[in-house]
Amino acid sequence: MTLHIDIPEETFGSILAKAFRNRSFLIGFAITVLVVAMALISYIWTPYDVTKLVISEKTLAPSSAHWFGTDHFGRDILSMIMVGARNSIAVALVAVGIGMGVGVPLGAFAAARGGFVDEALMRLNDLVFAFPALLSAIMITAIFGPGAINAIIAIGIFNIPVFARVARAGALAIWPREFILAARAAGKSKTQITIEHVLPNIATLLLVQGTIQFALGILAEAGLSYVGLGAQPPMPSWGRMLFDAQTRMVVAPWMAIFPGMAIVITVLGLNLLGDGIADILDPKSRRQR
Amino acid sequence: MSLLEIENLSLMIGDTPILKAVELSVAPGKVMGLVGESGSGKSMTALTIMQLLPYAARASGRVSFDGIDILAATEDQMCALRGDDIGMVFQEPMTALNPVKTIGEQVAEGIRWHTKASRADAEDRARKMLDRVGLPEAKFPLSRYPHELSGGQRQRVVIAIACALKPKLLIADEPTTALDVVLQAQILDLLRGLVSENRMGLLLISHDLGVVTEMADRITVLRHGEVMETGDTARTLSEQLHPYTRQLALASMHVPARPKTHAVSQSKPLLEVEGVTRDYSGRRTSLFQRPTPIRAVDDVSLSLAPGQSVALVGRSGCGKSTLARMILALDKSTSGTIRFRGETITGRSEAELKAARRDMQVVFQDPYGSFDPRLRVEKLVAEPLHVLEKKPTPAERREMVAHALHEVGLGVSDMDKYPHEFSGGQRQRLSIARAIITRPKLVVADEPVSALDVSIRAQILDLFAELNQKLGIAYLFITHDLTVARAITDEVLVMHDGRIVERGKTSDVLDHPQSEAAKALVAAAPDLHRAIARRLQEQG
Amino acid sequence: MTAYLLKRLAIAIATLILASMVVFAVLEILPGDPARLMLGLNASAEQVEQLRNQMGLNAPLVLRYLHWVGGLLSLDFGRSYTYSVPVIDLVRERMAVSLPLALIALALSTIIAIPVGLYSASRRGRAGDTIAMGAAQLGVAVPNFWFALMLIYLFAVWLRLVPAGGFPGWSAGVWPALKSLLLPAVALALPQAAILARVARSALIEVLNEDYIRTARAKGLPYRAVLWRHALRNAMIPVLTILGLQFAFLLAGTIIIENVFYLPGLGRLVFQAITQRDLIVVESIVMLLVVAVIAVNLVVDVSYAIVDPRLRGRQ
Repeated sequence: MTLHIDIPEETFGSILAKAFRNRSFLIGFAITVLVVAMALISYIWTPYDVTKLVISEKTLAPSSAHWFGTDHFGRDILSMIMVGARNSIAVALVAVGIGMGVGVPLGAFAAARGGFVDEALMRLNDLVFAFPALLSAIMITAIFGPGAINAIIAIGIFNIPVFARVARAGALAIWPREFILAARAAGKSKTQITIEHVLPNIATLLLVQGTIQFALGILAEAGLSYVGLGAQPPMPSWGRMLFDAQTRMVVAPWMAIFPGMAIVITVLGLNLLGDGIADILDPKSRRQR
Repeated sequence: MSLLEIENLSLMIGDTPILKAVELSVAPGKVMGLVGESGSGKSMTALTIMQLLPYAARASGRVSFDGIDILAATEDQMCALRGDDIGMVFQEPMTALNPVKTIGEQVAEGIRWHTKASRADAEDRARKMLDRVGLPEAKFPLSRYPHELSGGQRQRVVIAIACALKPKLLIADEPTTALDVVLQAQILDLLRGLVSENRMGLLLISHDLGVVTEMADRITVLRHGEVMETGDTARTLSEQLHPYTRQLALASMHVPARPKTHAVSQSKPLLEVEGVTRDYSGRRTSLFQRPTPIRAVDDVSLSLAPGQSVALVGRSGCGKSTLARMILALDKSTSGTIRFRGETITGRSEAELKAARRDMQVVFQDPYGSFDPRLRVEKLVAEPLHVLEKKPTPAERREMVAHALHEVGLGVSDMDKYPHEFSGGQRQRLSIARAIITRPKLVVADEPVSALDVSIRAQILDLFAELNQKLGIAYLFITHDLTVARAITDEVLVMHDGRIVERGKTSDVLDHPQSEAAKALVAAAPDLHRAIARRLQEQG
Repeated sequence: MTAYLLKRLAIAIATLILASMVVFAVLEILPGDPARLMLGLNASAEQVEQLRNQMGLNAPLVLRYLHWVGGLLSLDFGRSYTYSVPVIDLVRERMAVSLPLALIALALSTIIAIPVGLYSASRRGRAGDTIAMGAAQLGVAVPNFWFALMLIYLFAVWLRLVPAGGFPGWSAGVWPALKSLLLPAVALALPQAAILARVARSALIEVLNEDYIRTARAKGLPYRAVLWRHALRNAMIPVLTILGLQFAFLLAGTIIIENVFYLPGLGRLVFQAITQRDLIVVESIVMLLVVAVIAVNLVVDVSYAIVDPRLRGRQ
């Protein structure tokens, strides 16, 4: 299978205009902004203090005072979701950063060098892919102790081969182009060509993969927190809230419903954003409409 | 009585008019040539007849085939026509066949579908058809897959599919454009044979006036979706009454003015290639045997004097592009030496090559693929300045780019544009600007005009000639197109199977070829003059 | 074909060897002495040392690795520190839950996804496609354990159709056992089906734009026939790739899902073993899962060759 990259030939203005006409992009962008804003606002204001336990108000159903109800310690669920967003975003974002920061140079390097270096890197990738990611993340956090930092590392490590693979496939599709040959004839080194021509041309590919991994990172973090290996109490996290909700499903279903919806909406928003970007920047997909 | 009659056909895709009041007819057993440059609506005319247009397309007017109103026909009626009464051959043989099905399955499929024949009967007919198109059973059993065939062979399979049920009309959309001249001649010959055997009508679509003249009884000239002229091929092209027809014909035969020609007698050669060979590792046939290497370039020697213009011609796959890449030090030779300005460049590191790269530049075939679409013209054209000993300041750089653009006939204001804002011809000018900005002694041009329309191609050839005269740049033209070689070079090297089989003055070699390979090339090359003369004889 | 398959096989074996080294090395650097863990806090230093010798923990690293690998190959995985039974018995018992669960989920996901993808691709841009892909978009975003909780709430707590969790064991009969695996399988399968349906759709759409589809249409085949005869097989390759990846994902997914439903499967076992530092169980199960993933990838590679003659080489 070879990857074909259609390089869009457009100016920034026309791309922006298209972005405003793309439904996926607009909805995804709006949701993402909303979630990020919620996380930022939580630093200065939340409806209730999430560190204070008010046992007298435990497991209250949703009402005008507590829109999403309260948990078993009497904490306001909406406030906890707001604070929990910080954790989800931070973990997923840094994990994507690790994946991109290490994976993209590796993949681009492998594509530029080819031969043995390429083969070795691909085999290393196979190796990482052989370990079910979640299982290994659980192992890593279990070994080094639970917590947000270790969750980031665990998720980040598994992002590396993903980005390496995407960057390599993208770069391999760019390298045989005539403009690369022209740059070589102009005496540019492989590193220079990678930086000047290859990376800018696979940037959109990486951006789209970035949003996908961001969304997957949020899901993974929730999973780790759910089994108690992510962010530790009292720091609220969406996965942990679901764990607390599980045994109380019968008496307080809202404890499970709302944090879950927060995850679904955030991930949905990011996926729509990624789809939208891919749509806007890939002329091939546009032709299909 | 016409087989196909198109009257007042207009076609819109979205809000864009593609065809305007097109009139066209094809008689049984006759060949109608449809010529036009890119974007003239040739292919869309074909797809309208097949009713395989994109969803957003709206056609109006009348298309009648054998008494059936095509534009009013239902999809079921069209399915009954397609492949049975109307066959179609496409431009790109490499992608036109399903890679996961055998050629036998693909040829037999249409036969089974239309005739409800049994598998065995259909395969039997498919076998006969493949034999007829020149794919005999011994070498091409039905169980072959497309990837095991070459481009020319695949096009034969596509023709077998299209003609399997002896259609009344065959539509061939640029059937030979992706093939080299020798294959082109073979495929055209095959089509001609099939037409006369089955009294088939053929609608031959091409951008190449030479091809159409050789093949067609009548010709229709299309431009921007409108019919410019239609009539008997011989008369239309000999009288050239319509200005656009004349323009096309002139451009097809254009030879740029080059008062000064360079003889070989120059003192020191600019480029010397000595016994260069290039092997690629071949396919492994067995686990325990080393794969036998494929020799792409076999012991080639040549030399080029300063200011000389030399053509390297040959069929596709003969090794000419590989040789060009080795000369440009973009590929390593397996053995042999290449010297440029007396210095050896084979086996040198990129840093050591810097000086050589200053004096040696390249122009590629594809005017679209050879520019990074993310960069502005200024950066693109300035890219080779990288090899200068002293890096120019930004102001100097702009100055040099402006000068280079001026020399190729572009303006200073073009500097801040992106490549997509230019047409194909303008992009090829950009390519040339990039190649001459370092004032090189040698430019290697790999099929630099074969992707361009004829009128643009004439202009670009003029530009090459002018720069050769003005700046004294030596050219190595890699091409399969003899008209290009004739138009612009002093000397010709004919390459075949990795070897140079003939060399000499361009006119000598092209007029009196000695080697088999050169003879085949010359015989196969469509030549407008010759074709018109022959047509005139036939049609009176 | 043999050359291609032998290369894939060699890669699989090399990956397996490297993976075993990684697993061994990771567990080697883990804190905690298994001998002390087994004997408890009251044991004397001599007792611990004696047990260490007995367990071969004092042998050189390479020897211990080879001994471990030899054990794996002869299905002797050692004894669990916490359960004090051979690991192989534990694994066998738990596998009877996890393997059916993963297989049912995989089958469910494929059965749902392929028709949806086909339907969507052939009616691209119309209402049916928009609805199906909207649902798929939502499905991709749902964490399976939350989906599991919602399913429990709906079907077990509210409608009381199925048990909320636990596993009666296959001895209790096939139907009760299957019934308790139903919800977990659905929870695992639906989000995966959403991904697979999207991949199937886009693969088909891509193939439908190929030149050879036009050739097939020019033969007079109706659209539907072209879809079935020409497009589907070519679109299989990306679908197979995703199926292979999903198997690994489903295996890992069982860890969390088994915890949600209190199923005594491999996932729950490995999770408990990690928290109890029962290393020998952890390394055995991890190796088992790695072998499963690599084996499935090999199967995918073989099926590529079946689907695509270009990989088979000349006949």
